[in-house]
Parts: sequence; structure tokens; C-alpha cells
Amino acid sequence: MAPLVEMKNVSIAFGGVQAVDNVSISLNAGEVVGLLGHNGAGKSTLIKMLSGAYKMDSGEIFINGEKASITSPRDARDHNIETIYQTLALADNLDAASNLFLGREITNAFGFVDDDRMEAETRKIMARLNPNFKKLKEPVSALSGGQRQSVAIARAVYFNAKILIMDEPTAALGVHETAMVAELIQELKKQGLGIFLISHDTREMMELCDRVAVMKNGQMVGAERVEDVTEDDILSMIILGKNPKAAA
Amino acid sequence: MSDQTAHAPKTQTKRSFFQELELDTRLLGMIGAFILVALVFNIMTEGRFLTPRNIFNLTIQTVSVAIMATGMVFVIVTRHIDLSVGAVLATCSAFMAMSQVRWLPEMLELGHWAIPWITIVGGLIIGALIGAFNGWMIGYLSIPAFIVTLGGFLVWRNVGWYMTEGQTIGPLNETFKTFGGISGTLGGPVSWVVGIIAMIATVVLIFNSRRVKTKHGFNVKPMWAEVSLAAICVAAIAGFIGILTSYSVPERVVARDPSRFGCEVAEGCTPVYGLPISVLLLIAVAAAMTIIAQKTRLGRYIFATGGNPDAAELSGINTRMLTVKIFTLMGILCGLAALVASARLANHTNDIGTLDELRVIAAAVIGGTALSGGLGTIYGAILGALIMQSLQSGMAMVGVDAPLQNLVVGAVLVLAVFIDIQYRKRVGAK
Ligand SMILES: Nc1ncnc2c1ncn2[C@@H]1O[C@H](COP(=O)(O)OP(=O)(O)O)[C@@H](O)[C@H]1O
Ligand SMILES: [Mg+2]
Repeated sequence: MAPLVEMKNVSIAFGGVQAVDNVSISLNAGEVVGLLGHNGAGKSTLIKMLSGAYKMDSGEIFINGEKASITSPRDARDHNIETIYQTLALADNLDAASNLFLGREITNAFGFVDDDRMEAETRKIMARLNPNFKKLKEPVSALSGGQRQSVAIARAVYFNAKILIMDEPTAALGVHETAMVAELIQELKKQGLGIFLISHDTREMMELCDRVAVMKNGQMVGAERVEDVTEDDILSMIILGKNPKAAA
Repeated sequence: MSDQTAHAPKTQTKRSFFQELELDTRLLGMIGAFILVALVFNIMTEGRFLTPRNIFNLTIQTVSVAIMATGMVFVIVTRHIDLSVGAVLATCSAFMAMSQVRWLPEMLELGHWAIPWITIVGGLIIGALIGAFNGWMIGYLSIPAFIVTLGGFLVWRNVGWYMTEGQTIGPLNETFKTFGGISGTLGGPVSWVVGIIAMIATVVLIFNSRRVKTKHGFNVKPMWAEVSLAAICVAAIAGFIGILTSYSVPERVVARDPSRFGCEVAEGCTPVYGLPISVLLLIAVAAAMTIIAQKTRLGRYIFATGGNPDAAELSGINTRMLTVKIFTLMGILCGLAALVASARLANHTNDIGTLDELRVIAAAVIGGTALSGGLGTIYGAILGALIMQSLQSGMAMVGVDAPLQNLVVGAVLVLAVFIDIQYRKRVGAK
């Protein structure tokens, strides 16, 4: 069976910087693939080509074995790709429901946005994801980091993503909230989603991911099943940019 | 973070009357400021400021700036600015004047019924095209709005000049002039009908919204708060219509043309002006713009883009096209404002709309629109325009010199923004 996502030989440069250089990576349904690497390695840029935020210079993307042309966030959305960005893509001046439905508002028979229904839907999904979430009426600027993150996650989950991209979802969170995100990832994986997860926490990645891929200077160092490597192997891949497995 | 905890206990304590009404405190502040200005001028003019006649004049003088200010809210909310609105108004006005006085009478016949209507539609289209062009340069060519509209400020005033070869064009068509204010009013009975419809609509809106909220199981205000709110709105509408319908038409005006007021002879004919059509137009614009802001995707995207342009883009919103739409809307409103302004003056003059860009921006900003984007209300901008106009007219009535008038208006603008910033800091909003 064809993988859920296959990115083949993708490259992108910004000015003189080759941010992603001929990278290939795949993701299966029900699988969590972790992306590791130093700051500036090209992880965010790689997944932004999948989420439609950037247009790749060269390369191909296949979804369920079919070639996909993703040139805008809308295209990605049409392929059921949802993204939680590293810098939370929320409009601070709007409330949780408006953010959750941004770009996909529920409208009534007259074509007007139906705020009450969106609020009701938001209450429902928040009750599942983060039962402590109460501030539905306030602009999200009034929320804590964890609450803001749950809005971003709710947004991805609500619209039945098949492919979920999480760029450092726990970077701004406390211990308790981080555990909640980890739990959610397990649940979504069980439901058969494919998840790309970016994080700096190698130990966490070993627990959550099925495979980990390491990038350095825009290039793919290697992707390995977590059972086949140790944490030290991964650290050396990140630092040295060489795959000890491949060498052996 | 810290003010969150400080706010938390508030829900337990008994909520004040105003809190129960859930009225925007900034709105209350502005209404308070407006009442204060009106009362002070009324004392200084020994009661001449708050006469039906002056309130009527104040209202019709505010309309053209207020119409444009509603559009400026969207422009500023998306972190842009439009310095060209006064000049675009002048071009639209020049086009409409030439169209009704020179071009159309030659093409159709003098006095043809369609002349004013073709003129108005034409003027709105010109406004829309200029706005769309501005929006395209800002959105698609990425030229900053400040520069595009600074250029437009010089270009469009002078395009208007060339259209009329610098002449004053008039007198304008009689039907056209009914949109200006004093020459187009609804009279007593019709004004009351409109008022009563507005009252019913307000009450229905308030209670329908309550019904929908209850259906979804949300918390609603206590019933007495809802009833008080409805009562306040109804009283305000009644008061407004009451004042406008107690401004009677002077005898000499009736004597000139009694038939205009539905009388055969001037004797015993005592009509009142009532609601001006231009004010009705402003109310319609305000309602439409409020609906756009709060109830449509367009409005949602305008505020989202103002709050976080990147987030809007990543959510699949075409922010470039959005810019074109916002400026097109602004252009159409400039066309409408040109209709009202030139109809009020009964002629097109070259200096029409001079300095309006500053009045319009000031009205939006005094009305609580934040230049940092994402925040602003339509009613706020209209109230802002009314406060500005009251200051200006009031000082003129008191006999303040023109330079001092401008000085005060300028100082008030800066002070209003300062107070607004302090207010936002205290409530913790950005
Ligand atoms: N929009 C952009 N414009 C210019 N350079 C960029 C842009 N986005 C990323 N880069 C560059 O691409 C490289 C990879 O960045 P990024 O993908 O954010 O790394 P990571 O997420 O792995 O920390 C960096 O050198 C960064 O400066
Ligand atoms: Mg990154």
C-alpha cells in the first residue's frame, strides 16, 4: 500500500540559503514520524511545503500514492492536512470559536456567520480536549500558553485531519499540558492519523514516535525506526550529521 | 498573566447595573463624552446649542464624514490607512456634477427623470474603481497604503479639477439635492413611521438574540437587563425623532413653495423637517457595515487579518484580495459621501472634501479604532465623527477663532487616543 504522504526530493531556497536540500520522507497512516535537528536545520521549512505555506522549488508530493499539487494552505486543507504551527497561527483579537473556524466559518441559510453554533461546537470539542477551558468569550490574547495551544490543536482535530503536522507543540507548555498533548497524539494515532511531530526533546520523541528523521543544514541525515536506535545514536546524528546505522 | 488572577474573583461579586447590561464600557465613555461636550456648549451658547435646529444641522453636517469613517474602520483594522478619501470624494463629486449638469442633459434631455439616478450610480462606480485600483496596488504590488493613498491624495483632487476645469458646477439636480439634508426630509408622520419601525426592529433583534442563545444553552443576561436595554434604545430613537420633528420649516421657506410640504397655500401650513434622507442613508450604511463586520466572512477575515496577518494567510484567507475588497468598499463610501456633501452644498466646488481624510481618520480613531490593527467598531467611528463635528460647530457658535478651533480639535484627537490606550491597559486588552 502506498504511504499516506510521500515527499520526494523536495528543495527550497530563500535567497542564497538552501533551507531544504533534496529531502525525501514518508509517513504512513497511524504512524508518528518525528523530525529532529538543530535550530535552522530546515524542519519547519520542510513541513511548511506540505502545509502549503511555502511553495517548493523542486520535488514531488504524493498523497495516498497520488501526486498532489500543494501551492496554498487551501490546497493542503483539501487533502485533509492540518497544521499546528510553531508560532501559533492565531488571531489574538478574536475569541476561541472564531479562531477555530477561521477560514471555514459555519454559516446560516442567509450566508451569515453563525457565531452561536460555532461557540456551541467549540464548547463540545474543548470539553473533550481540555475540560478546564472556560474562556470562550474572550480574545485568545487573554489565554495562557496551554489554552492557546489547545485552540490550535482543536482546530486541527475538529476538521477531521488525516495528516497532522505539529511543529514544536509543547515548546511553550508546562509539564501537565505537555502530558496532555502526548496523550492526544497517542489517541489520534490510534484513530489512524499520520502525524509529523517536530520537537527538541529526544527522549519524548523516542516515546511518542514510530520513526525519527534527523535533518542538518537542510539535508536529511537519516530516518530510523525508534526500536533500531538508541538516544545516543540520534544525538550523534543531530550533532555530527552522519547516520551511524548507514555507516555500519 | 497576573491580571488574569486579579480579574478572577470579579465574577463572584455582585455585578453592577452596567455590567449586567453587558454594554461596551468604551461606548458608554464616548456617549458620556458626547453628552458632556453638548452640555458645555449649550451652557456657553445660552441654550442655542441644543435647539432642534442646531441638532438637525449638526446631524446633516456629520453625515458625509461619518459615512467615510465606517469604511476607514475596516482600512485601519487591517493595519492600512487611506489618506486619499477627501480627494476621491472630490473626484466623485466632480464626476457627478458634470454628469448631471453637462453630459447627461445633452445625451438625454434636460430634466429627464433618470439623470440623477444614472449620475449617482456612475459616481459610486467611479469611487469603487478608484478604491479597487488603490487596493490592487497595496495588495498585489505590495506598495504601502500610506504611499499609495498619499499619491492618491494629490492625484484625485486634481483629476477632479481637470474634469471641471476648475469651475464650480451647479446648480445641481433637484432630486440629487434631496440627499444633501435640508432639501430632502421625510416630514413629521413619515419620520415617526421610520422611527417606530426602527424601535420594533431593535426590540426584535434584542429578544431574538436572547432566544437563540437560550436555545444553545448559553448564559444570558437577566430579563430585567434585557428589558432595560430595549427601553433605553427605544427611548433614544424616540428622542432623536422627537427632536428632528420639532424643527419646523421657517415661514419664508414654506411661502416659497407650499406644495413641497403638501400644502396648497402657505397660510396655515406648518410643516416640520423631520428625519433627513441623508441621515437615513447614514443609518443604512451603518447597519450594512455593522452586519458586514459582525456577521459575514468578509468581516471576520478583516478582523482576523488585522489581528494576525500571518495567521489569516495560513488559514487560507486571500489577504491580497481582501485588501482590494476593503479599499473598493472605501471607494464606494467616498462616492456616497460625495453625493451627500455636494447635494448639501447644492454645487460642486473644487475644494469639496478638503481635509476630510484627516477628519475621517480622526473620527475612526476617536471612535476606538486601533492603528495597530484588529480593533474597531462602526458605531464608534460614527460617534467619533459626531463628537468631532460637535466640537467644531460648538466652537464656531461660541465664536472661537478658526486657528484656535483647529488647535482644540488636534489636541482632543491626541488626548482621546491617549485615554484609549490607558483604558486598554487597564482592562488588559491589547
Ligand atoms: N521565510 C524565510 N525567508 C528566509 N529564510 C528562511 C525562511 N524560512 C526559513 N528560512 C531559513 O531556512 C533555514 C531553515 O529554517 P527552519 O526551517 O525554520 O529551521 P528549523 O525549523 O529546523 O529550526 C534557516 O536558515 C532559516 O533562516
Ligand atoms: Mg522550526
